[in-house]
This record gives sequence, C-alpha cells and structure tokens, in this order.
Amino acid sequence: MTIDTMRLREDFPILKREVHGKPLVYLDNAATTQKPQAVIDALVEYYSSYNANIHRGIHALAEEATGKYEATRQKVADFIGAPDASNIVFTRNTTESINLVAQAWGRKSLSAGGEIVLSTMEHHSNLVPWQILAKEKGLTLRFIDIDDDGQLIAADIERCIGEKTKLVAITHMSNVLGTINPVREIADRAHQHGALILLDGAQSVPHLPVDVQELDCDFLAFSAHKMLGPTGVGVLYARNELLEEMNPFMSGGEMIRRVQLEESTWNDVPWKFEAGTPNIGDVCAFSASLDYLTDLGMENVRAHEIELVQEAVRRLANVPGITIYGPESAAGKGGVVAFNLEDVHPHDLGTVLDHHGVAIRAGHHCAQPLMKRLDVVATGRASFYVYNEPTEFDALIEGIEAAARLFRAPVHTGA
Amino acid sequence: MPQSIPEPEFDELYRELILDHYRSPRHNEPLVDADVVAEGYNPLCGDEIELRIDFKNGSVSDLSFGGRGCSISRASGSIMTDLVIGKPVADVRKLSELFNKMMTDPEAEVPEELGDLEALQGVAKFPVRVKCATLAWHTLEDGLKQREEGGHAVRHEE
Ligand SMILES: Cc1ncc(COP(=O)(O)O)c(C=O)c1O
Repeated sequence: MTIDTMRLREDFPILKREVHGKPLVYLDNAATTQKPQAVIDALVEYYSSYNANIHRGIHALAEEATGKYEATRQKVADFIGAPDASNIVFTRNTTESINLVAQAWGRKSLSAGGEIVLSTMEHHSNLVPWQILAKEKGLTLRFIDIDDDGQLIAADIERCIGEKTKLVAITHMSNVLGTINPVREIADRAHQHGALILLDGAQSVPHLPVDVQELDCDFLAFSAHKMLGPTGVGVLYARNELLEEMNPFMSGGEMIRRVQLEESTWNDVPWKFEAGTPNIGDVCAFSASLDYLTDLGMENVRAHEIELVQEAVRRLANVPGITIYGPESAAGKGGVVAFNLEDVHPHDLGTVLDHHGVAIRAGHHCAQPLMKRLDVVATGRASFYVYNEPTEFDALIEGIEAAARLFRAPVHTGA
Repeated sequence: MPQSIPEPEFDELYRELILDHYRSPRHNEPLVDADVVAEGYNPLCGDEIELRIDFKNGSVSDLSFGGRGCSISRASGSIMTDLVIGKPVADVRKLSELFNKMMTDPEAEVPEELGDLEALQGVAKFPVRVKCATLAWHTLEDGLKQREEGGHAVRHEE
C-alpha cells in the first residue's frame, strides 16, 4: 500500500477510542472525517497565540491572523489548481457555497425560460437551492437520470443540455453510489451551449486529485470537514469574471469598500462575498489539513481508496442477501459503498453495527430522489478515508452477519 | 438467539417480542374500502407506513398496518393493531397518550393497559429511535382526527 495506515493512524487521536467496548471502526467518512492531531493543534495554536480579528487591526496579532487566513486561501487555490487566491471564497460549508451561487449569480443572471440541468443523484444541497431559484425566476429544472450501474446516462446528458441550458449543477462524485461522473465531458457540452457548470465537490475534493482548470468548471463547492479539516469552513471556487459580475451574497461589514447612508460600494473579490467576521480559527486550522493531504499526495489517497473499495465490495458481496448499489468497477467509484441486507432495515443494521464499534450511515443520505430512483427507503453506507484499512472490514462483516441472525426468522434445526 | 452482543441496553432494544412482530407482523393485509386511510412518513429515515381503519359504533372495529420501516416501527405498529382493534376511540386515545409518555421516560413504570407495548420501553433509551416507535401511533391519532372531521385520506409527518 502506498499509504502506511498503521503509522498514519497514530496521528488521529479519536481512532484510539472504544465504542460500546469495541475498538472504533469509523466508516462514516462521507458524512465527516476525523481530524489529525496537527489540525487540532493548529486550532489550539490560533486561540492560544494569535487570535485577533482580521483585515482591520493594525496590531501584531491582527497581522498574524490575517496573514495565516489569507495564506490558507492561497493554499486552497494551489490544492485545486485555481489560477489565483482571489478565486477562493470561504463559506460555512458546501451547502452555503451552492446557495451563494444560486443567490449571487443565479438571481442576477437567470431569467424565465432558462434551464438548469441537475442529476437524479444530487445531494439535497445541490437540489433544493435550485428548486427555490427556479420557482422564483420561472426556470425549468431538468434531470440527467442514472442507469442500473449508477452511472449518468450518456444519452440523457445530450438530451438535457441544450440551447436553453444556463447552468449544469452536478456532483463530481456521488455521496451514495460513489459514482465519479465524467464532469469534463459534461463541462465541454455545457460550454458548447453557452452554459456554466457548477461542480458539487463535497465528495471529490477530499478523495481525488481535483484540478479546476483541467476540469474546466466555472464553480466548485466543497467542505473542509470532509477532508480532515474543522467544521464550519466551506469553499467556493469561481472563475474571476463571474465573481466580479456577481451580486454580493450577505452584506454588512468586511464586504464593503465605501459606505454612505443611502448606498455602498463593494470590496474586491473574494472579500465581497465574506461579510462579517469569518471563521478565522477554523480556516487557519484547515491549512493544516491541506498540508496533511498534500504530504500524503492525492494520487496516493485515491489509490488507497480504490484498494479499500475493491476489498469492501468483495467482502460484502459474499454475505448472503446483500445488495450493493452503484458502479461495479472500483475505477469509476470513490470510497463509498451503499448496500442493503435483505430482511433488515438499514437503521437496525446501523444500530447492530454500532454495538460492534462500527460507525456507518443509515438513511437516505440527503438524497431522497435517488432513494426513490433505487426504489428503497434507505440504505446502509460505509465510506472510507486515508486511515481505514482492510482489516477493519472484519468487524463490519461480523456486525452484518449478527444483524442477519437477529432479524431473520430463526431456522429451526430441531435441537 | 443473537450471540456476541453483551450490552444489556442492546438486548432491551431488540426484545424477542419485538423481533417476533417484526418478522411476522400482525394485521398486515391492507383493509379493503377502509373508512380512513392514514399515511405516516418519517423524513429522517424515509420510512413510510399506511394505516387503514374501520369504525363501528364509536370503536375501531378493524385496523391494518403496512408500509416500509425498521424493526421498531414495524413492531410498534403491529403490536398497536393487536391492542387497538375492538376498542372505543376514547380508549385508543388514552393508550396513545400512555404510550407517548412511556417513550419520553425510560424509567417510569409501564401501565398495565399498554400490554405488549411494554416491550418497546427500551427504545426510550435510544433517542434516535423514539420516532420509529411513535410513528404508527401519531399516524393513528391523525386517522382518528380525520374521522372526526369527516375527511378520508391524511398524511402524518414526524
Ligand atoms: C455530495 C454532497 N454534497 C453536499 C454535501 C453537503 O455538505 P455540507 O453539509 O458540508 O454543506 C454533502 C455532504 O453532506 C455531500 O456529500
């Protein structure tokens, strides 16, 4: 393995804890990831040595905090191959980044009759803001459907993206199926028709090498907490011309240049979109997560997860009564496996696994239309990250087998 | 019996009676031409249930419970059908109230009227699962209300 998990696990204090008397097996990484000591230390360091408000103070602490905050912006830009730090807006999370685009760009630039193209595998975060905008502006939403392998249907991509399309907003990687979508081809098609493309990178940026210029995307949204970073920090990448022409999102302090009683002018991008005191401490700590992932190398992260997902699928497929959703081939699938066990509701499965120390997600994963598409009310989901190792699947499989024994009608052996 | 699950709380959640109702739910066959159809939905887990209720002389004369849900929601609904059928509406309301009370206090003594519902007491110790247990009852309450107001189909959301 390219990543030495045994060594690396030492960096994550939480992995030493037990749950219900069993070693923690954390397989809920698509929801949020655990944090290495370096990130925890960075947060403590901010509050214990240079806590100050940024951009306005003239004292040493304010300068240090501003320097670190802005250096993190540059680091984010480098991490995703953005041309400049000014392409990076800090938000609270992916959800806020997408809402920012819907409000600041969509409300200004879209008008009745226009179409927004989404897919049936979207997270509610990349669906509901567009529903609201569509109602308000008289836009039409169109949906690229998936096939039985959990892949976007190519003919649907062609059918949906056309002359009326103004925006394609699509997930780079599904948080349920793990499908990695052909977003470069979709971007090309969108651009041919004069439309923009927004990528929901909540799952891709933490797990795959992502380069916004190679992907040729106009907007990219993701969350720090899903990539070893603290909660409360999200990122919106956008092309410079777009940020310039967009309306402000929130307004108040920090985002202004000159304020008069009746009107004001806006600060330069990206600060135009960062109203009020931002989440300075968590942004500074996010810097440490980016360093951590950069040291590991995103190619290695991806290679590690391919191994994990292959092994997980192989082991799960051997359990009688298991259905696995999503692409069969690990090459087109991120480190996520959604599954159901016959006769056992995912919530019950989740509870039994919890008592084996195994944390998975059970539910609709904020993708109710996808659940409907798969004709299930919910699924179990195991999702992996850099610190997971194949030996952890022993506990996963044991827990699943225990659940099967518990909930299936007992077979009388006559004993 | 399940092996290797030492935690007492865990056994309290999945009591044998619950598992039995889960594996073979009672009154599972949907009533035809029921007086009231009430749907229950728990957006948290996507579970959907359907109650079909017949009334006669101020009592619940028949009741079917169906849909998709976890062991707790299915067992709760199944036990409910056994308990409620043939009871006057006022008594059913009282049972519902007692049951809701039980779900908010895991330590309280369980009143005798609740019968087999006592098996669900352990659920109160698992806050994330309480709504699974109460879904059927809240949906039933909506069904009763609907009957009073003379309507037909209702949908309850947790
Ligand atoms: C694909 C996808 N999009 C959006 C989100 C929303 O992220 P957040 O809750 O950090 O805003 C998530 C995670 O929950 C996700 O997996």
